[in-house]
Amino acid sequence: MTLGGWIIMLVSVGSVSGLFIWCVCKVLTTPSEQESIHGFEIETPDTK
Amino acid sequence: MSFSIPKESWNSRIGIILAVSGSAVGLGNFLRFPGLAAKHGGGAFMLAYFISFLIIGLSICWAEWAMGRAGGQKGYNSSPGIIGALTNRPQFKYFGVLGVLIPVMIYMYYVYIEAWCLGYSVNFLTGNLDFASGEEASAFFGSFVGIRHNGAAFGFGIQQVGFFLVAVFILNFFLIYRGLSRGIELFCKYAMPALILLAIVVLIRVLTLGTPDPSNPDLNVSNGLGYMWNPVKVIVEEQASDGTWAKLDEIVGESAIAAAEARTTSEAGLRVREVSLGEQLTNFQLWLDAAGQIFFSLSIGFGVIINYSSYLKRKDDVVLSGLAATSANEFCEVGLGGLITVPAAFTFLGIAGATGSTLGLGFNALPMVFASMPAGQLFGFVFFFLLFLAAVTSSLSMLQPGIAFLEEAMEVDRKRSVTVLGLITAVGSGFVVYFSKDLKALDTIDFWIGTFLIFILATIQIILFGWVIGIKRGLSMANEGASFPVPKIYGGIMKYVTPLFLLVIFALWTTQNVFGYNILTGQHEYSAYVKDLFIEPNNVARFSVLLILIVTAFITILTAIAPKFKYANKEESQS
Repeated sequence: MTLGGWIIMLVSVGSVSGLFIWCVCKVLTTPSEQESIHGFEIETPDTK
Repeated sequence: MSFSIPKESWNSRIGIILAVSGSAVGLGNFLRFPGLAAKHGGGAFMLAYFISFLIIGLSICWAEWAMGRAGGQKGYNSSPGIIGALTNRPQFKYFGVLGVLIPVMIYMYYVYIEAWCLGYSVNFLTGNLDFASGEEASAFFGSFVGIRHNGAAFGFGIQQVGFFLVAVFILNFFLIYRGLSRGIELFCKYAMPALILLAIVVLIRVLTLGTPDPSNPDLNVSNGLGYMWNPVKVIVEEQASDGTWAKLDEIVGESAIAAAEARTTSEAGLRVREVSLGEQLTNFQLWLDAAGQIFFSLSIGFGVIINYSSYLKRKDDVVLSGLAATSANEFCEVGLGGLITVPAAFTFLGIAGATGSTLGLGFNALPMVFASMPAGQLFGFVFFFLLFLAAVTSSLSMLQPGIAFLEEAMEVDRKRSVTVLGLITAVGSGFVVYFSKDLKALDTIDFWIGTFLIFILATIQIILFGWVIGIKRGLSMANEGASFPVPKIYGGIMKYVTPLFLLVIFALWTTQNVFGYNILTGQHEYSAYVKDLFIEPNNVARFSVLLILIVTAFITILTAIAPKFKYANKEESQS
């Protein structure tokens, strides 16, 4: 693999991995997450 | 007295993110994307790919998430209901028919491919896939899927697809019957992390392959990665009698390049040439493929995201959730798929083995790669099982829009809706699997639904969002409850750039792939799909299109007569 290939691979993989990790951290640390949680016990049409 | 059924909903934000990313992560991430990137040259393709991602991917993704949640707040989960309610135009509900038709029709053949993945993983585990040659791998595939004659796929031995098809069909409907949170969400919560873990295991195996055959030093992992990612391609060209040069081969690796250069000095009419990144970017087919891959990979224009997000609550964050689901898909595609498939195939089979169609790479080349690899039986099982998990999470998402539509249009509960959809898809899948000769039915439906109509639905959705709902109201809908807003620049992108980009890409794609005009050479020949219908009629292709028309008519009639949609239209048009 050429130097250009290494750079493109590392930038591409690094950017999508970085974005993914940032999103996971953001989702897990955003306080409103707790507010949106509601339990499995809610009766839904599929339980009829 | 009014009676309202408690609304279904997701159990947590992580749950819907995993469900949406599970819908998006599929075979295309591990087979189609690497093949396209290698074909066009990693650097140039990635540039076009990321531009398409920013212009098409994120725009339509956020538009679908926002429209879906807003539609859900108005009491609708199906695409016709959501579009009719949000646009305040009764007739626009018919655009939503595509949002039900596409996933239901794709499911009919996707479940067949899903069964191949399960079948291959089981056959790797039992040691049946120890191929010594490409012919053996190809013969097994043909026999397994029943490619030689119609009806051949209905076999129930371990080396035939029938048993696996029934198993995955039952699994899908069992999960979908359990409902949104207890079926889809619960499965995706385990399947998606497991899928990523299995992909990392296979990735480590591939990256540590080194040079498996010391007598052929050019076939190594480094060159495999180079074939995939090098920005400058090295090709051997041959001079034709009229003086023009045509590509003969692509070469990777120092000794292969040295050997090719030596050959050019001894043979007249040959030359070795470097194709720069800039030259590759002038190839419009590269842009078409990059934009198409973003489409198919992110599940935009499928009618899935708009349905899934309709089960969110008013204050749930669609901007972050949309970005998170998208980034999970990109990580699986670029970070995992981009480092596994093509480098592995190149390392054992060279360039010839690492190129070809998605199905050829996945079900002919890769089984040979695993058969040649130390502990290949185990890694073959792991790889095809991860493809199977990816396929299940995708196929579940194809059923939910149909379930929601039938619940609303026929005013039935989930149990009856699942039963009706089960019957429809069983008949459709039975049709696709029976007409297995040359996979004609699968190929025809995939082209007209899985490629052609997806472009149309995505274009309709972004135009509705930017021009009918209005970009100001649309972004306001999206930003409600968001931890960070959609960047302001996306107002202009979603209103002008994305529709224009889509229309140009769609026009070029149709010109080339439907009407058969080669824009570069000016040659014209109708595509095989048009020929099958009008010029050299093929009965299976015609029946496949007839099946599409019957299902379209069924959904359209239900949309027209459903009281819930009429009530919505009356109410909306008065408001």
